[in-house]
Amino acid sequence: MRVSYKWLREYVDLDGITPGELAERLTLAGLAVEAVEEPGKDITKVYTGKIIKIEPHPNADKLVICHVTTGGDELLQIVTGAPNVREGQVVPVAVVGARLAGGVTIKKAKLRGVESRGMLCSGEELGLDPATLPKDQEYGIMILPADTPLGVDVKPLIGLDDVILELELTPNRGDCMSMIGVAREVAAIFNRPLKMPRVELDETPPAPEDRVRVDIEESGLCRRYVARLLKNVKIGPSPVWMQQRLRAAGVRPINNVVDVTNYVMMELGQPLHAFDYHKLKDGHIIVRRATEGELMYTLDKDERKLSADMLVIADQNGPVAVAGVMGGLDSEVTDQTRVVLLESAYFNPVSIRRTSRNLGLRSESSSRFEKGIDITGCKRAADRAAGLLAEMGAAEVVAVVVDNYPEPAVEKTILLRPDRVNHLLDLPLTPPEIKDLLTRLQFRVKEDEQGLLVTVPGHRPDVGIEVDLIEEVARLYGFNHVPNTLPTGVITQGARTYEQMLALKVKNFLSLGGFSEVVTYSFVSPRVFDRLGIPVDSRYRNVVALQNPLSEEQSVMRTLLYPGLLDVLQRNSNRQVRDGAIFELGRLFYPREGELLPEEVPALAAAVTGFTPGGWNARPVLMDFYFLKGVLNALLKYVGVRDISYVPATDIPGFHPGRTAAVLSGEQHLGIIGELHPDVQEAYDLSQLVTLFELNFDVLVDVSGKPRQYAPLPKFPGVERDLAVVVQRNIPAGDIIKQIYRAGDSAILRDVQVFDVYSGKQVEEGKRSIAFTLKFQAEDRTLTDEEVNQQISAIMRALEREFGATLRQ
Amino acid sequence: MEQKLKAILSEAEQALSRTDNLDQLNEIRVRFLGKKGLLTSVLRGMGSLAPEERPRVGQLANDVRARIESVLEERMATIKEQVKKEKLAAERIDVTLPGTPFPAGRRHPLSIVEEEIEDIFLGMGYSIEEGPEIELDFYNFEALNLPKDHPARDMQDSFFIGPEVLLRTHTSPVQVRTMERTAPVLPVRIIAPGKVYRRDDDATHSPMFHQVEGLAIDRRVTFGDLKGTLQVFAEKMFGPQTRTRFRPSYFPFTEPSAEVDISCGMCGGKGCRVCSDTGWLEILGCGMVHPRVLEVSGYNPEEVTGFAFGMGVERIAMLKYNIDDMRLLFDNDLRFLAQF
Repeated sequence: MRVSYKWLREYVDLDGITPGELAERLTLAGLAVEAVEEPGKDITKVYTGKIIKIEPHPNADKLVICHVTTGGDELLQIVTGAPNVREGQVVPVAVVGARLAGGVTIKKAKLRGVESRGMLCSGEELGLDPATLPKDQEYGIMILPADTPLGVDVKPLIGLDDVILELELTPNRGDCMSMIGVAREVAAIFNRPLKMPRVELDETPPAPEDRVRVDIEESGLCRRYVARLLKNVKIGPSPVWMQQRLRAAGVRPINNVVDVTNYVMMELGQPLHAFDYHKLKDGHIIVRRATEGELMYTLDKDERKLSADMLVIADQNGPVAVAGVMGGLDSEVTDQTRVVLLESAYFNPVSIRRTSRNLGLRSESSSRFEKGIDITGCKRAADRAAGLLAEMGAAEVVAVVVDNYPEPAVEKTILLRPDRVNHLLDLPLTPPEIKDLLTRLQFRVKEDEQGLLVTVPGHRPDVGIEVDLIEEVARLYGFNHVPNTLPTGVITQGARTYEQMLALKVKNFLSLGGFSEVVTYSFVSPRVFDRLGIPVDSRYRNVVALQNPLSEEQSVMRTLLYPGLLDVLQRNSNRQVRDGAIFELGRLFYPREGELLPEEVPALAAAVTGFTPGGWNARPVLMDFYFLKGVLNALLKYVGVRDISYVPATDIPGFHPGRTAAVLSGEQHLGIIGELHPDVQEAYDLSQLVTLFELNFDVLVDVSGKPRQYAPLPKFPGVERDLAVVVQRNIPAGDIIKQIYRAGDSAILRDVQVFDVYSGKQVEEGKRSIAFTLKFQAEDRTLTDEEVNQQISAIMRALEREFGATLRQ
Repeated sequence: MEQKLKAILSEAEQALSRTDNLDQLNEIRVRFLGKKGLLTSVLRGMGSLAPEERPRVGQLANDVRARIESVLEERMATIKEQVKKEKLAAERIDVTLPGTPFPAGRRHPLSIVEEEIEDIFLGMGYSIEEGPEIELDFYNFEALNLPKDHPARDMQDSFFIGPEVLLRTHTSPVQVRTMERTAPVLPVRIIAPGKVYRRDDDATHSPMFHQVEGLAIDRRVTFGDLKGTLQVFAEKMFGPQTRTRFRPSYFPFTEPSAEVDISCGMCGGKGCRVCSDTGWLEILGCGMVHPRVLEVSGYNPEEVTGFAFGMGVERIAMLKYNIDDMRLLFDNDLRFLAQF
């Protein structure tokens, strides 16, 4: 909502209140002022001038030479390319030294060899919005009325001495989508009187042919319909002052009748519509639902297909307007219109909102109706418009008014308990103080033994219950005058749940371990599954899909976390950032049969690619499967996961069949770790191999645990022995380690580590050597060589038996 | 003999004073004090002395030995010190060379800020609640006093899954879900951080973003309590000099409703580019819980009151780190992420 400071002064005394202060106070009362504009601030030395003579330009077809007077004897020679200049026009003339909108300064110039001393200005060059200028002047020179005095500053003539407050209104304050609404607030804030516009009508008695009839078939959707008849209409431009105000409000002046309807809407907040009476069959208005598929052309020259839930204004021949949204093209007021039927109605907000949304058609009118207008003001607005047209000599007001108002609105009265006000706001207001604040906002207040009986004025349909009034009191009193306190009462302990703490622990562990946390969108492209080579019947393809995504790229909810990480690596790789270690903790979404809401499963995924950073004394380390497995294993141990195992997984789509493992804790499946399949790597255009893990975070929470009880430190020295065995290459090291533990005496075999893996010339083809360090230690004695030797032999025998292992020579 | 002893002493002293390494020092020790050394060989001549002279000469010989030993010790200490100094000097390294690389990952700025917000409210006795990101229309709108066709639904353009299911547009549904569970127990003090979704995508809007919701319900929770709580939050989050300003606003689920501005940290409230010359920065919306919301959630609005607030984590992160484009937060450029 654009509010002209000059216009506002019409309704409330603004003496001593600067636009800046006004903006501040409105904002603090709940009408947020987004911007304070002074469109004429930069403009200087632009005067009114008359074009005396126009000559062709000798060297350019598209230019003409104008001789312009600004009142004195001297004629200014100005070259212009504007197509709409004519001799005798009064136009804005920027003389040499003038400044225009955007800081442009005017200098003496030669245009194609002809001297030009100044410039004829368009509205846009003077800082006006072209959309508010007459069509023919939208991109041409601005034409001023012929009787404009010459040589005077143009700014006050075109409203450039005004200040515009741009209001960002909340949806509950439809009443402030009008100058009166804003003025009412200003009057309340500054405690000054509100001056309503005077409406005095001089009505002529109706002739027999002046018939108007209004039938409301849908009184639920149209609770009131006022129709007024205007005769002897002379269509022409509206007065300059009105055009200026409309422009200030962002509305394009069109002709006097249309301008008056717009003006009254801007002034009082009541949308009006003017029909050409002769285009309506028998002056008979029918307010009804559209029939399904009914067609009509609206004012914007579009054909609209209507449906049965839409309300139309019709005559016996068909619809003439989409009620409250837009008028019909056929009944539009034109230059030939002589009799006007003026509509001022109240339409159901929800119906207007649906119709406007379904037609994709929003108008100044619909945006007011859908928030609820003042049903008590319909008649006054129609009278105001009629009065204005009569005043400017554009029409004769006939004493024919139909006010079809089947069930007049009953005024709402609400009980307001002062105790309740003070309880909720923590204030010590007295009933008279509360009464004063509400009275300033035009609520009528009566003191009663129960409290205050407050009657809500028609322009505040948003106020319906006690707390609505408390809010009114609070905002006018000033939120910032309410003292700050802290809640009292029972002390509560704030603490994270175990899951929440674990999430933080994991994030901190991984980030300290060199992984950067990323946040990717929860919605992905459905094509991601093709890129990952996920089979058509995979459960991951069973997605929750958005009905109205912004793009196909973001149209289904993710069922896997790691594809987001691949996108991140790809994007970074495209920017020459090729090495990376990243992770994300986020939710996955799986539809549930027979449930409205899907299952939301938190997951943890990490991805590595390339090398760790190297230095002058440290080689970069390739972040491969074993790198990531080391990190994952340390993480799992850190959060207390026990009995961790990695089982080769050869058929996980998207992953390398020989380099992927399922991650288990006991029997519980935690997730997978593996190298990205080369096909997927190629599909993502990644130059280096990528290794990933993805875990179900809920399972991780389940299997994680508190630290177990401490084990006493050993008192007796331990013994380390190396054991290198040669086995078939396909025998997993993990199996051998398990076997070593099984064969050794668990009372003394403490640890088994792999320290070397070799295959090559020194071992038989198809085999490899794996070297282990075994640590033995007893709790109660120093071990003898003999004991340890026995252990080693027992282990070796078991390995021979199970795997055909031989001792490496 | 006495002469000889004195000569030995002076010879030893001279030799020692000329020595500057430990090997030579050892040679000197052997030459003068060793079993076959000069002093021993002189003392072998003791037998030829008159018995009455023996104690005196013996004493002198002991003095000479002691003297030589002491000078030798002293010399040795000096030389050792010298050698150590030289060794240390030779061991000098270039301490300006970079250290061995240590893994350098970072938490995401949104995750850092979210944790900070959580910690502030945990300290004030709030616990952390979570709710589904895909939500029923009932919890996201209806129960929050936003019936279908309510104009305020325009403020939150939604992604729909079905007629009754959508991606939650705010964390406020967690208010209702929590109260439904806790009613009629008092007090309720929770925050609810999480992802939310709206159909917007530009430099200041992302279709997915993060909010932290707050809710406090008790027998006597006032608008002053709301103001005081958020003032504490603002000071802890943005520094003790931060002021807050409450502007009346409109949310269907709170009344009175307010937008909260903090004094611009860039200019201290004088007005600058960051705050568009207003001196204030909007950081959150809040209000007293609407009686209908309390009622739907199982509390009697005549008996309890409450406040609620909701803040955008992105907004706060952008202010805190002076980030001018929200899209950077979801772009995950590692060079950006490495800065936090």
